[in-house]
Amino acid sequence: MTVRFPVSRRALLGAAAGALAMPAIRPALAQGSGPIKVGVLHSLSGTMAISETALRDTVLMMVEDQNRKGGVLGRKLEAVVVDPASNWPLFAEKARELLQVHKVDVTFGCWTSVSRKSVLPVFEELNGLLFYPVQYEGEEQSKNVFYTGAAPNQQAIPAVEYLMSEDGGGARRIALLGTDYVYPRTTNRILRAFLNSKGIADADILEEYTPFGHSDWQGIVSRVKQFASQGKKTAIVSTINGDANVPFYRELGNQGIKAEDIPSVAFSVGEEELAGIDTKPLVGHLAAWNYFMSVDSPVNTEFKKMWASYIKNPKRVTNDPMEATYTGFRMWTQAVGQAKTTAVDAVRSAMYGQKVEAPCGYTEQMFENHHLSKPVMIGEIMENGQFNVVYKTPTAIKAENWSPFIPENANRAKAG
Amino acid sequence: MFRLLCLLASLLLIPAASQAQESFEATAAPLAGSFTAQAEAVERLGALGDPRALPLLQALAEGRLQKQADGTLLIAQNGAVREALSGAPAAGPGEVVRINNRVRAALRGALGRLQLMSPEEAVRAAAAEGLFRSRSAENIPLLEQALARETVPAVGRRMEMALAAARLMSGDVATRRAGIATLGASSSAEARGLLLEARAAGAETADGIDAAIAAIDGRLKLRQMAETAFQGLSLGSILLLAALGLAVTFGVMGVINMAHGEMVMLGAYTTVMVQEALRGIPWLAAWSLPLSVPAAFLVTAAVGVALERGLIRHLYGRPLETLLMTFGVGMILQQAVRLIFGAQNREVVSPAWMQGTLTLPGDVTVTQNRLWIILFALVVLGLTVAAIRFTRFGLEMRAVVQNRRIAATMGIRTGRVDAMTFAFGSGIAGMAGVAVSQIDNVSPNLGTGYIIDSFMVVVFGGVGSLAGTMIGAFTLGLVNKMLEPWAGAVLAKIAVLVGIMLFIQRRPKGLFALRGRAAEQ
Repeated sequence: MTVRFPVSRRALLGAAAGALAMPAIRPALAQGSGPIKVGVLHSLSGTMAISETALRDTVLMMVEDQNRKGGVLGRKLEAVVVDPASNWPLFAEKARELLQVHKVDVTFGCWTSVSRKSVLPVFEELNGLLFYPVQYEGEEQSKNVFYTGAAPNQQAIPAVEYLMSEDGGGARRIALLGTDYVYPRTTNRILRAFLNSKGIADADILEEYTPFGHSDWQGIVSRVKQFASQGKKTAIVSTINGDANVPFYRELGNQGIKAEDIPSVAFSVGEEELAGIDTKPLVGHLAAWNYFMSVDSPVNTEFKKMWASYIKNPKRVTNDPMEATYTGFRMWTQAVGQAKTTAVDAVRSAMYGQKVEAPCGYTEQMFENHHLSKPVMIGEIMENGQFNVVYKTPTAIKAENWSPFIPENANRAKAG
Repeated sequence: MFRLLCLLASLLLIPAASQAQESFEATAAPLAGSFTAQAEAVERLGALGDPRALPLLQALAEGRLQKQADGTLLIAQNGAVREALSGAPAAGPGEVVRINNRVRAALRGALGRLQLMSPEEAVRAAAAEGLFRSRSAENIPLLEQALARETVPAVGRRMEMALAAARLMSGDVATRRAGIATLGASSSAEARGLLLEARAAGAETADGIDAAIAAIDGRLKLRQMAETAFQGLSLGSILLLAALGLAVTFGVMGVINMAHGEMVMLGAYTTVMVQEALRGIPWLAAWSLPLSVPAAFLVTAAVGVALERGLIRHLYGRPLETLLMTFGVGMILQQAVRLIFGAQNREVVSPAWMQGTLTLPGDVTVTQNRLWIILFALVVLGLTVAAIRFTRFGLEMRAVVQNRRIAATMGIRTGRVDAMTFAFGSGIAGMAGVAVSQIDNVSPNLGTGYIIDSFMVVVFGGVGSLAGTMIGAFTLGLVNKMLEPWAGAVLAKIAVLVGIMLFIQRRPKGLFALRGRAAEQ
């Protein structure tokens, strides 16, 4: 297997020169006798590298695994890795490079919604195929994207319901803390409408946004403490993304906010993000995902074994977006096998209804809304940086990518 | 209600000592069950007052309690596993019993009851804290008893608060009023929360509660002002540390060094390296952070010398070229660090004395790490001023800045002084990196977050003035933190930038403009 690591701007030049040098081979590749190309569009540097690097490794692992099994349609897979460097406009440039220069058949990529929004027009214009493996705010459905992470009704809403339940502490005041971009803002809009529908007034909701990479959390954390002193049980819902989580949790620990008093539930913090933090002061704080590394299932045991033997570093963990990448990749290979081609339109039709035994221990199915059915799990941070699942849904739940809690979607529901 | 009845029932059972053996085991058994069963069992064990409950509950709280398939509870201690109830060695380890926040909250109350008479001061304080939060009228006699024999005033105060919180839950109005009075005399936000909760529960004492809340609010306001001021000073100290090195290289030498942020980053990476190197030596590892300070200074000073001698000296008097060149150097340094250490953030462990909060008089709480950084910033400032004022190197530096040619005729090697000055400024940036590693992520692009702020502080304070840099840094920190509560973190930062732009329009030379011949050159 050859993996190319083109470096930012030079890549275009180099790849263009390569294409010029092999004019005879290039058309043959596009028509399907050479390797099938798998694009990897994840930030390997910048503020999102903390989360996205592991996803690059996951795709490379899946490609290697598939090649060991003989590839797809009798052809080998070849990964093409680019680094969009947590720079949103660069995501669009790199997506175009993958589709036009490298002529990839499928792309696995993006983490933040702002990066997905940035590449979306490119994939639609060039009719590419993107697998997006991260939970997000919904309100989107492109025929060129398969969303293998959770929609709000598969993560955010069940998590808040849990916080309000007796087991979760019966919270009646919610602090919504997030990074300032489209995912936290939309999710919090949905959550506010949901909380209002549950009888929680706007006065009992605190909403705060911070820039990417924010490191000075003392003011916000003490404001949350103050917000919590109003005689009602308070909880934090965090949509903080990237490495800003490290100083945030450090400040929570330093200011002595215990999970028994003010629990926090995070939507973008998994095992990988906790690897850089001293987790002892955080025991009991929560995260909502559709998979945890500690899940006990045969597929997960297999998945963890595969990861350990690929990465050869016992400290590296698995997490939810990695699982979603795994599931998406398996589905794509099944769909390609069924369609007998990598052509985007045929693969798209073959994707609908595909089922995969996912490491989360449930069978996940791709629906025509381009979203997966998924179970919801709530985990508590343990001292070793892993999660202890304290709640999970009995079955996989179908995604509602157009949230009923956003008024504009009422018309869409009628029309659809 | 049912739980309360159970609790009362188990309280009544205590005198029947003959039944204690059986009932204790029956009470402990649900610890292996569901979270709800666990929480109820914990509450009952806490009320039972059986000394055997303590090790059991401690094991549960610390994740050392295990269960076998048949529900037998085991306790792991010092590598050995024993049966929890009989104490007999177990055949093998079982499955760890997991708990959730609800069980954890119940545990805090139960352990509080069991440990309130502990001979250790810290355990008693934690127990009182646990009872304050779990509050139940049943704890009143226990707390009164403990308070009567308590000799340490600090622990006694916590017990008084716990007692007041328990009294607040009592059915008797007079008892409740006593609790309200005690809570109203405190300045704790938690007490305010409890009072509001009690106000919603019963109307008889509403007037007393309103007065108590008003009293707390008055004190809380003062306390919040003090805390905001501390946060402003803390932000200011970070700005000061980041800007101080620049005040030397840019302010004194006039070099626009866009690689200044990368010097901070190199200092932070030196801290990581020192920490990793010392990890194997336990008695030194605790001192890795103080030891990183000179190490970071030396590393970044060396990089500074190389930069000045190799590149910058060829560009003196050409500010635009210097700006572009140092910008490029900054990017090269970033990429080099990324290649050597990887793009992932590096973890820096905070020593124990930098974790947690410190409570000052008036219940003002400040975080330890920020406090240390403020002190560190002031020490670095003092050393910098001293080096410039009182050392031979400082004298030569000032001479070269004032008049290079006369200084050269007096026998000062101006080239060497230039190199030393730049190294000095870079070294200070490196020391800032050590502090920054404690509060920010150590990543290759750490420096980009500080370069703009540093220039902002130096320009605002007045180029060439260390006093201006200090006052500028603390002013910006305080203004930023005072704006934050009502404008939000993003808007506050924008407002500060706009403010500086307007200020520079009025006073282009900053707060402390240099006067005299040197300024006119």
